[in-house]
Amino acid sequence: MDYQLIVPYIPNLRRYARALVGDRDGADDLVQDTLERAVRKFHLWRPGDLRAWLFSIMHNVFVNQLKGRKVSPSVEIDEEMIAAHIPTVDSVDVLDLERALVRLAPEQREVVLLVALEDMSYAEVSKALGIPIGTVMSRLSRGRERLRRLVEGEPARTELRVVQ
Amino acid sequence: MSREEDLKYADLTAAIKRRFDPILTEPIPARMYLKSPPWIDYARAAAVLTIGIAIGLTAPMLKPAPSPANLAALQLPIRAARAHVVYSPEVRHPVEVDAKDQDHLVKWLSKRLDIPLKVPVLVQEGFELLGGRLLPGADGPVAQFMYQDATGKRLTLYVTPTRKGERLTSFRFAKEGSVSVFYWIDDECNYALSGEVDKATLAKVASLVYKQLES
Repeated sequence: MDYQLIVPYIPNLRRYARALVGDRDGADDLVQDTLERAVRKFHLWRPGDLRAWLFSIMHNVFVNQLKGRKVSPSVEIDEEMIAAHIPTVDSVDVLDLERALVRLAPEQREVVLLVALEDMSYAEVSKALGIPIGTVMSRLSRGRERLRRLVEGEPARTELRVVQ
Repeated sequence: MSREEDLKYADLTAAIKRRFDPILTEPIPARMYLKSPPWIDYARAAAVLTIGIAIGLTAPMLKPAPSPANLAALQLPIRAARAHVVYSPEVRHPVEVDAKDQDHLVKWLSKRLDIPLKVPVLVQEGFELLGGRLLPGADGPVAQFMYQDATGKRLTLYVTPTRKGERLTSFRFAKEGSVSVFYWIDDECNYALSGEVDKATLAKVASLVYKQLES
């Protein structure tokens, strides 16, 4: 069937999901839910940008999954405490990177990752996430800046909440 | 913003890619094989019935949906470009077996792919063989040969055996992100030559590869 056209994009969806969700099982669940939905809705796809269409479905599934959880984990974390435990390194360390990504707000994480991993343009990200181009640009610049600071081990000032 | 901003975050972007790109070549878990939802089965049954009636009435002029045989041709450049993106930036381990063990390399990969492989010589276009590696493909092993020119620019040749019933394809061009790919499928192998070079340069090298392999 035509929906087999999706197959070549599965590795891209898995790569993005792993970066977005953090753990392997959670990421593969996200991919599988996305694929099931894409196959079910494939008749709605009009020949055009299949990649953007698939990523928009993954975005919707991801947002629904976040809503399903009561509290987004990035809010509950005491950032100063974590920063104190991260060993300092010169280059971008893999563990630091993954830890930093998890601590980025989900809506910034999506934009940063679509641009970094998929080389998407603002217009493509805007289509995939269903947000205006201006929002894409501001989330990208704030997200990248925050990620850079997190990776470098500086405690982020924004969205800081003290947990007692 | 754009260019300056992109430059400012180039290290970060590169680190993200380095960490997650290897996932592209991981085998896809079996649970992700696409299954048709039940309504498609009904729709298909209805279509088969309609077609059956139509065949009975007229000479059929049916356009077939992409079959698994045609899918290989659709996926080949994507897979090859991905493998190129993952392995060509490697500084220390671009290949598993170095070109100085070329005899061993060819014997090993021929054995694993179960087909006698030839390694094209691309020196006349300025590219020397660095070596090769074995990769997991969609449904079997893949050989990747890597070449490099004097400026450090790299090309990869992706080779996988052609399956029974797979449709053969003449010389074609595709662009996947920043990677250009020339590919073709003959009765023995699927070939794809990838590189982050312009189409004209790649075309020259690809036609040399084609000549050497198809002669």
